Amino acid sequence: MQIELRDIRKYFGPVKANDGINLTFEGGHIYGLLGENGAGKSTLMKILSGFQPPDVGEILFDGQPQRFASPADALEKGIGMLYQDPLDVPAFSVKDNYLLGRDRRIVLDYNLASRELQEMTSRFDFQLDLGTTIDNLSLGERQQLELARLLVGGAQVLILDEPTTGISAEQKEVLFGSMRKLAREEGKTLILVSHKLEEVQELCDHAMVLQRGKLVGKLDIPCRTEDLVEMMFGQVPERSERSDYEFGEPVLELVDLQVPTYRLTVKDVNLSVKAGEVFGLAGLEGSGQRLLLQACTGLQHPDRGKILLEGKDVGGWPYHRMQDARVGYVAAGRLEEGLVAGLTLEEHVELAKPKHSFFINRKELATKTESQIEQFQIVGRPDSNADELSGGNQQRLLFALLRENLKLILLEHPTRGLDVRSSNWIWEQLYLRREEGTAIIFMSSDLDEIFERSDRIAVFSGGVMSRILETKETSVDEIGHLIGGQA
Amino acid sequence: MNTSRWLRWVWPAVPIAGALVVTSLLLVLFGAAPLEAFQAMYDGAFGDQSKTLSVLAFWVPLLLASTGLLVTFRAGLWNIGIEGQIVMGAVAASWIALSVEAPSAILIALEIVVAMLAGALWAALSAVLKTRGNVHEIFSGLALNGIAIILTNYLISGPWQPPEGGSFRGTQPFQPGAILPLFENSRFSPLSLLLAVIAFILVVVALRGTFWGLKLKAIGQNLRSAFLLGVSSEREMILAMMFCGALAGLGGAVRTLSWFDSLRQSISGGIGFMALMVVMLANYNAFLVPFIAFFFSMVLRGSLTLQLRTQLHSSLGGILTELMVLFVLLFGDWKKLALFRNKGDDG
Repeated sequence: MQIELRDIRKYFGPVKANDGINLTFEGGHIYGLLGENGAGKSTLMKILSGFQPPDVGEILFDGQPQRFASPADALEKGIGMLYQDPLDVPAFSVKDNYLLGRDRRIVLDYNLASRELQEMTSRFDFQLDLGTTIDNLSLGERQQLELARLLVGGAQVLILDEPTTGISAEQKEVLFGSMRKLAREEGKTLILVSHKLEEVQELCDHAMVLQRGKLVGKLDIPCRTEDLVEMMFGQVPERSERSDYEFGEPVLELVDLQVPTYRLTVKDVNLSVKAGEVFGLAGLEGSGQRLLLQACTGLQHPDRGKILLEGKDVGGWPYHRMQDARVGYVAAGRLEEGLVAGLTLEEHVELAKPKHSFFINRKELATKTESQIEQFQIVGRPDSNADELSGGNQQRLLFALLRENLKLILLEHPTRGLDVRSSNWIWEQLYLRREEGTAIIFMSSDLDEIFERSDRIAVFSGGVMSRILETKETSVDEIGHLIGGQA
Repeated sequence: MNTSRWLRWVWPAVPIAGALVVTSLLLVLFGAAPLEAFQAMYDGAFGDQSKTLSVLAFWVPLLLASTGLLVTFRAGLWNIGIEGQIVMGAVAASWIALSVEAPSAILIALEIVVAMLAGALWAALSAVLKTRGNVHEIFSGLALNGIAIILTNYLISGPWQPPEGGSFRGTQPFQPGAILPLFENSRFSPLSLLLAVIAFILVVVALRGTFWGLKLKAIGQNLRSAFLLGVSSEREMILAMMFCGALAGLGGAVRTLSWFDSLRQSISGGIGFMALMVVMLANYNAFLVPFIAFFFSMVLRGSLTLQLRTQLHSSLGGILTELMVLFVLLFGDWKKLALFRNKGDDG
């Protein structure tokens, strides 16, 4: 079956999640759909799988226009989507869960379920215990169950959203094996949505890259990883010369640090950042940079290794204690993690003060807010709500709320979504901070920014931090390899 | 901006009007004249002095509970357990009234303090279950409501039953010194009104003028951001719940020490749930709360006369108020109406 997406557009307010995408998928091939977070991959796949309709555009099967009322309708017409978190019910038994999406009769046919599931598991070498409940299964096994359900349900096209995150190496081999089998032997179409360039190189026949809602390139695989990186991130100019800056004493030292989470574990990080240094973390979203930053702020706790702040072990300290130890943190989600939508600028300024009196001194607060607004060039009034500000002004407000004389500032995507002027202004502020001896660690998916602003760079891939690179001595090529997970 | 401020104040009239219309239709359906019925209700509330005083007496504990809920709602908490907190306040006040002998002033002060403490602790249970046990306050609140009512039943039929035998209706009347000073022959205690007014002013000041109020607002709007800005959410949540519980407990004391003269089986009479409706109807605007609470007690007291005069059941008052709440939930946040259609998720 040939699937054609024609001029797909989907807007969310001012955000153009999909902006006129044209794509064709042929039967018997495996496609890799690449792009950074927010590039529009999920939106596009949700449209293709019947989860949401496009604003504009058509989906054609062998030239016939199709409309889906729901994901179930899409599956009936042959499109199945495997979500990153399988849609199953933890307390149910494997067979119940399987039948939940399969059987429409009143009486559940367990014999049929067993037969079908056994056939599937033997065909694809799945290791699935049919007599247990979902919460006893690993993520990989749940995925296999879901896959079986979609295939028996008649899926001709399978969309897999980041399927290898959180599953074991063996399960990954089984998954890839079954994907190849489905494409080569059964002529099915497979679409792999992924961040991991290595996997795309290993498995796919073609790669398609989205950037800001548009298709920016198609490549046949094998190809050079750097070409993929370039398509995803855009052209990166070589770094311009910059005067050296005298660093001070080490502010932050990480020794054999390990930060575990359910999905991803950051391992064996050794790093020392000095006063006045700007350290950039590159890598695809979800590779561990954010986890590392959060560990340094006390939002995540390491289970091994040390975090030293000016020589003092702060490994188990909670976030508020780190705040008092003069560590500042600016997260990526401005209105989710940093600002409170219904609160005014004034109220934010009051909340962020390190010391408070019982009653709020309105007059003093008004003066202070006015001066912050002026100093940080925020377009807004003291009584404007944070959510009335533009993204750039929200970012300025976040910087206005950072305390003074910080030892360390940790930043996630400090200039994401900002225009050039605002970005430059943000960095000017950060440079002023470094003059005071503040160490700065930031992560960014903008390679330009990483190259231009950092003194040193490290790249994350799958929870592993690369060797540390001097910005002056590295190249886009090298970073590209590291981002793709090739050392 | 001006239109929206104007709307914000006038908005509560919309669900009230809607509920009046639907209630009128119901009345017509049952063959009664709506105007006559509403007239009967009005007479029942303000027909003579004793009726008016009874509206006032009903109003005070409702106002106390609603005032407390302003605090928990500000912190984004659904304190459904307020009903149980009222009951526990009443139980604690009864305990002092039945077991302590002291001059009236001291006895009453003690009753009030212990009642507030009991309400606060009962609320703290819900709060700690939420912050430490990850149990939503709605569920723990419902459970604790049930437990409080069962405890009351046990006390009136067991340890505190009147000497003539347990009737399951209530304890024996308290010693006269334990009852709040009442206005003439009514069940209205001016002291309770004074306390309610003080509580209301305290809450308004706390929510508008103090740093604590600001922290609650931040927590209520966005827990994560508030935490990142330096607010310890656990402590503030527990404090907010305890504050509300204390006022609810005071309300319970007022119920048992002035409305009744003993601990009764349904000591709260659903005042806690009613208070939730009051605050929702007020759209969380503190200054509307006293008026809406007053309106509620007027309707509920008035519907007693309605029954006597027109043979319509007095639950009509309840239907009217609850319809209002339905209308509020339907049209509640006028700001959301505009946003209703262009909601979407991110790509």
